[in-house]
Amino acid sequence: MLDQNGTARPAYQAYYDWFCRQDHKSLRRKMGEAEAVFRRTGITFNVYGKKEAAERLIPFDIVPRIIAAAEWQKLSKGITQRVQAINAFIADIYHNQEILKAGIVPEKLIARNQAFLPHMIGVKPPGNIYTHIVGIDLVRTGPDEFFVLEDNARTPSGVSYMLENRETMLKMFPELFADNRVQPVNDYPRKLWNSLAASAPEAFKGSKPVIAVLTPGIHNSAYFEHAFLADEMGCEIVEGHDLRIYNGRVCMRTTRGYTPVDVIYRRVDDDYLDPLNFKPESTLGVAGIMDIYRAGGVTIANAPGTGIADDKAIYSYMPDIIKFYTGKPALLKNVPTWRCSERESLSYVTENLSELVVKEVHGSGGYGMLVGPAASRNEIAKFKSKLLADPGNYIAQPTLALSTTPIFSKSGLAPRHLDLRPFVLVSPDRIDITPGGLTRVAMKKDSLVVNSSQGGGTKDTWVLTE
Amino acid sequence: MLGKTAGSLFWMLRYLERAENISRLIDAGFRIALTRSEDAADEWESVLKATAAAQSYTQCHDVIDTKNVVDFLLRSPKNASSVYSCFKAARENGRNARTALTREMWEAVNEGWMRLDVDLKNPVSTKDLPAVLSLVRQQCSLVRGAMQGTMLRNDCYDFAQLGIFIERADCTARLLDVKYYILLPSVNLVGSSIDNAQWETILRSVSAERAFHWLYPGNIKAPDIAEFLILDRRMPRSLAFCAREVTHSLDYIRGAYKTSPPSYEMAYDLRALVEQININQIFNIGLHEFVTNFLSATAALAGQIATDYRFTV
Repeated sequence: MLDQNGTARPAYQAYYDWFCRQDHKSLRRKMGEAEAVFRRTGITFNVYGKKEAAERLIPFDIVPRIIAAAEWQKLSKGITQRVQAINAFIADIYHNQEILKAGIVPEKLIARNQAFLPHMIGVKPPGNIYTHIVGIDLVRTGPDEFFVLEDNARTPSGVSYMLENRETMLKMFPELFADNRVQPVNDYPRKLWNSLAASAPEAFKGSKPVIAVLTPGIHNSAYFEHAFLADEMGCEIVEGHDLRIYNGRVCMRTTRGYTPVDVIYRRVDDDYLDPLNFKPESTLGVAGIMDIYRAGGVTIANAPGTGIADDKAIYSYMPDIIKFYTGKPALLKNVPTWRCSERESLSYVTENLSELVVKEVHGSGGYGMLVGPAASRNEIAKFKSKLLADPGNYIAQPTLALSTTPIFSKSGLAPRHLDLRPFVLVSPDRIDITPGGLTRVAMKKDSLVVNSSQGGGTKDTWVLTE
Repeated sequence: MLGKTAGSLFWMLRYLERAENISRLIDAGFRIALTRSEDAADEWESVLKATAAAQSYTQCHDVIDTKNVVDFLLRSPKNASSVYSCFKAARENGRNARTALTREMWEAVNEGWMRLDVDLKNPVSTKDLPAVLSLVRQQCSLVRGAMQGTMLRNDCYDFAQLGIFIERADCTARLLDVKYYILLPSVNLVGSSIDNAQWETILRSVSAERAFHWLYPGNIKAPDIAEFLILDRRMPRSLAFCAREVTHSLDYIRGAYKTSPPSYEMAYDLRALVEQININQIFNIGLHEFVTNFLSATAALAGQIATDYRFTV
């Protein structure tokens, strides 16, 4: 918010002026109100491993993160390029595998990858889109300096927080939106609907394709978001047992009988999608849906098998992947990454564990990772033996000199580390990036972990108009 | 709409209605316990029976006493028809039907659950009981109010209405079922203050003591109560009123869907049971037999609705 001299950065000027006029007591009261709103609306998530029905709130911070229009524009270009490359990469992997033949990505990284789905080989998804919805996790180290931390090409979550955080800010501080010209995010669900509809199978594209959100059910940690998106889009939210195959179509059980669904926005992992084709014990999916999909009878968004692009081991190859498919160097930087599968990297990593962040290749949600600078000697030693037992399962990255944004803490404004997940919609004719995204913030001082499952919070993200 | 969603709406409103009715029964029983403690055990036993909780109660407690019964009816997770369990199930069904609820409706049920979850965390003291019981009824009214005021009048609304009135008919019939013996004309001849108190309790259990006195001033007569609770179409908790509402909802759905599944005819049969008869005929058949018959017809109808509209696979 402030530069080294203590003056507000241009994007934050209007906000900072406003903030200085507020008294902290009433701000604190507003924070309490915000929490009550979140609880009443049911914006909760379940933490796995906690007692049943433990619904928790993600802490919400009332200080927005503000991004200037020019910075956002630059960022958008980089994101667009990256998302195009990701789609091209997945299409290539499941068809000609040019990138493997060119020796740019090692073949064994694909063939031995759990996220690689042989069922998708040779399958052309409707509209040729694999990743209809992508979330790119970014961190900022300085002006115009963003690094991509992670690509989320499977089923990125958090967009409901982007929308509800904005709603909450509008309710609590309407005057702020008169002083600041913030680009709206509230048309995301409509755009999502349009984008999904545009990706319907050609044969069923008609005027109004039937779209449904597939959820694992009310006990899933992100159920709130699934229901929220279905509600906002005006479409049904279904579970596996609401669907079955009839006459070559995926149909949902309505009060009037079974009716076909054209597009399924699934929030169920690949493995659980189809007990006939994948995990036979899964009750979350639909038996035979993969066969219908392969025959072009339904759109599944995102396509099965897209995980091959957001795998953490693939991540380190992203700059080369982007260059390969777009012909241009990557606009957004990757965080330097050591692949522990490579001997030299492994020895560097084991010697420098206290400086590095080490992640599981397939992990997510901040589980199973080591944050070296914050870990005790004992924790490092334990982790080291895990790492040495299965080095191919890990990558390591340096901790960056991340920029901070203030949160409103008990003692007033206090700097915290944060990341940003913009949401990207891909349809056959366009790529849409919602101006803003999910800003996750570490609520603990000096902490680098922003995951909600590890106590991170969120704040509203403003992209200003020019 | 999805069959599952229709089922969740139906059950959400049904559970709320049940929670509300149980809170009324506790209220009425509690009053007896306060004013005529010698009759309390009998009264609680009939309340437990009316809420189908008698068996599960005896598995948890040896004796029937006010403190344990109130706690069991109000808060016990072991009692599937405790206020707590019902509200929890209502909210769970609400989450399942989230896309069919308006925001106001959802917030009403969610907030109601959050408040009750706090208030029912620990045993409720005698001092706080009236306030908690009225909170339960208020929260249920809030949901119904939000439903009336904000919900689109489409099939979603009709399935929600069906849940309300099938449960309400069931509750009133169950109450009659456990109390029938004090509503018989012969009891009237006996006419003692004990019966008067019993009758007041019945009326209180359906929040209709004032309405009844307006319609039947003077001495309370048992057959009047029976007529009022079974046949009076002005009384929103009577069997006749509920059966009529059920047919209305099914009429709307039939109009929209252009089909008349078996449940449609069954609903009209149920309605005929309480419309094409007078109270003397009911006493001739036998009040108990009549109510038993009505209860099983209601249960069969609810099952048929679930089948016809594909609530489950």
